[in-house]
Amino acid sequence: MSEVGKPLGKDLVGLEGLSADQLRMILDTAEPFKEISERRIKKVPVLRGKTIVNLFFEASTRTRISFEFAEKRLSADTVNISSTGSSVAKGETLVDTARNLEAMRIDMVVIRHGASGAARFLAERIPSNVINAGDGWHEHPTQGLLDLLTIRDRMGRIEGLRVCIVGDIKHSRVARSNIYGLRALGAEVAVCGPRTLLPPAPEELGCRVFSRVEEAIEWADVLNVLRLQLERMQAGYVPSLREYNRIWGVSTARLEAAPRDILVLHPGPMNRGVEIDSDVADGPHSVILNQVTNGVAVRMAVLYLLAGGQPERAEAAKEGGEA
Amino acid sequence: MSEKILLRGGRVVDPSQSLDRVHDVLIVDGSVARLADGIEAPEDARTVDCAGKVVCPGLIDVHVHLREPGGEHKETIATGAASAVAGGFTAVCAMPNTDPPIDDPAAVGFVVAAGRAAGLARVYPVGCISSGRAGERLALVGEMVDAGAVAITDDGSPVMNSGLMRMALEYARAFGIPVADHPEDLGLSDGGHMNEGIVSSRLGLGGKPNASEDIHIVRDLLLAELTGGHIHLQHVSTRFGVESIRQAKARGVHVTAEASPHHLVLTHEAVDGYRTEAKMNPPLRAQEDVDAVRAGLADGTLDTIATDHAPHHYDEKEAAFADAPNGIVGLETALGIVLTHVVGEGVIDLPTMIERMSCQPARAFGLPGGTLAIGGPADVTVFDPGARWVVDAGQFRSRSRNTPFGGWELTGRPTMTIVGGRIVWSG
Repeated sequence: MSEVGKPLGKDLVGLEGLSADQLRMILDTAEPFKEISERRIKKVPVLRGKTIVNLFFEASTRTRISFEFAEKRLSADTVNISSTGSSVAKGETLVDTARNLEAMRIDMVVIRHGASGAARFLAERIPSNVINAGDGWHEHPTQGLLDLLTIRDRMGRIEGLRVCIVGDIKHSRVARSNIYGLRALGAEVAVCGPRTLLPPAPEELGCRVFSRVEEAIEWADVLNVLRLQLERMQAGYVPSLREYNRIWGVSTARLEAAPRDILVLHPGPMNRGVEIDSDVADGPHSVILNQVTNGVAVRMAVLYLLAGGQPERAEAAKEGGEA
Repeated sequence: MSEKILLRGGRVVDPSQSLDRVHDVLIVDGSVARLADGIEAPEDARTVDCAGKVVCPGLIDVHVHLREPGGEHKETIATGAASAVAGGFTAVCAMPNTDPPIDDPAAVGFVVAAGRAAGLARVYPVGCISSGRAGERLALVGEMVDAGAVAITDDGSPVMNSGLMRMALEYARAFGIPVADHPEDLGLSDGGHMNEGIVSSRLGLGGKPNASEDIHIVRDLLLAELTGGHIHLQHVSTRFGVESIRQAKARGVHVTAEASPHHLVLTHEAVDGYRTEAKMNPPLRAQEDVDAVRAGLADGTLDTIATDHAPHHYDEKEAAFADAPNGIVGLETALGIVLTHVVGEGVIDLPTMIERMSCQPARAFGLPGGTLAIGGPADVTVFDPGARWVVDAGQFRSRSRNTPFGGWELTGRPTMTIVGGRIVWSG
């Protein structure tokens, strides 16, 4: 998969297919970049002169801003395009939009799109580096990476950990990226949620299945709690939010019954009182804000590596060198 | 003016008269005049050397989408008919899911006239089951039959209302035509873009479970049994569907059923990488389903091979998977795919292939052809079973290029297509 001088290849469309070495390399590269965001002057010249387009066909706050901070702190020039108010809203096709951007000589595209496969579609058609910022139900690889980094920070390792993803797995790109990344790094992965919100073959994805969240908590070292999108309730996948909270909600009482200290992640935005209770979100188990902080560092690492940066030179690069 | 063609020395395979031997075929004035050895060429005959080739009754595809009216950027009746003859088909049945749909006698007459004007393959219109394909009221079935419709279907959409399906099967009996159904329970396949299974899970695409097809196959079989009507099940793709049809046939239910070339050779793995050229409905399924479709074709449960030729414009398929339309073109690859991967792999023999691609489709839809009987219409396909070629969609006569078989190396391709005694294509 990796080419000489391009340790990740041209694009990052998903974590499926990445090797444990590649995943570790990204996480290791993120380490030195963490410190940039702690400086008084949060800017290094690593991507000076690079032009990056953030092409967001779906609403996003956290991911788009996190990418934008990562790009700007590495000194790239960035442009944000959202579907509303652009030529996309006038019916231009995805590939035409991208080719027009390409014609303006850009270096990278960060794409968020509602259709599974959209990032790969783009990556196969333009020479720029493409980073998937979430495509339909498929993958959200930088979210998966920031989850891995956050777990590794707290637990000191990934290998051998038991991680259960709780909630709407079927429609979740975060779930898929977590499953691929965690399994590649040697974690045991389980999913837990109503059967209507699990994919048809979770076992074939290498996951154990828990029907009740108490069983998941009994088993797990880490819970990654997913947002229950309100439209799922409207579409009848679950009969009511209250019932969902009663059966699958992560509460302090349930965590306190666990045989060990459990780490709780959530990719946000949270529905407090639905999939996660406020005292959990704000309590000692939660690393939710660490995830957000790590998101910037992980995205810096991905940008740096796709731009051709060498992992072992990351520390030196941020002190003045270019990628 | 008398036109004579002598097809000299080919292997003549005509299961309708249990014929499989090297023979000469003499065609005079649009009809098969003689089948014999060593026919002396009449002076004014055009002699075609068919040594090493197979001569058979013209192939008939009872399931094609020619897109006209309304979808002329994808295909027209003329380009579709040209694609048909280039693929060795002498007749096709055009599905009515056009815009506007073929749901009244005037629209049927338009298809008949456009087919005649093209002057290539015979184009038989299939009319809608329901007015406007809305699934509510029966269309003008009797008047459409009088205008030339050979069957009815709401293909492209299933008939969700079982009461309407019952009425269609009952009403169609008076006209002796099949009611063709695209079996799918939309409530189960809603939001699905491919087969539900491990590949859809991995790709994050909504899936259509086998049950969405199975339920309607079983329903249609029960309704055919109830009414005595003729149900024709289109593009059967599931293991349980094949088994259900097998049992119904054993009970004497009047059912005929199709297998599509793509469901005989491809699984849902072909979708991996979000390949929109492998997106169709019903979707490509799992290996056990492909095995069942092949077994069903072999034992006659699936008695007809039909392509579901479904042209789409390049721009429409050049899209994210969920946004791309369903369907692939099939007329120009069907014979090569079936010869190479179905006959070539020993699933059926060559005469059975011709039975499934010519004789039986003619019988099921009450069409002329499907035989080289003396005095019958000279609709004849000549193909070279040993010719090796590589599928190049750029060479298709169809207006569209959406095929999952591009670059496939195949063995066997048509060399001449004769319709009504006229050579309409040779390659």
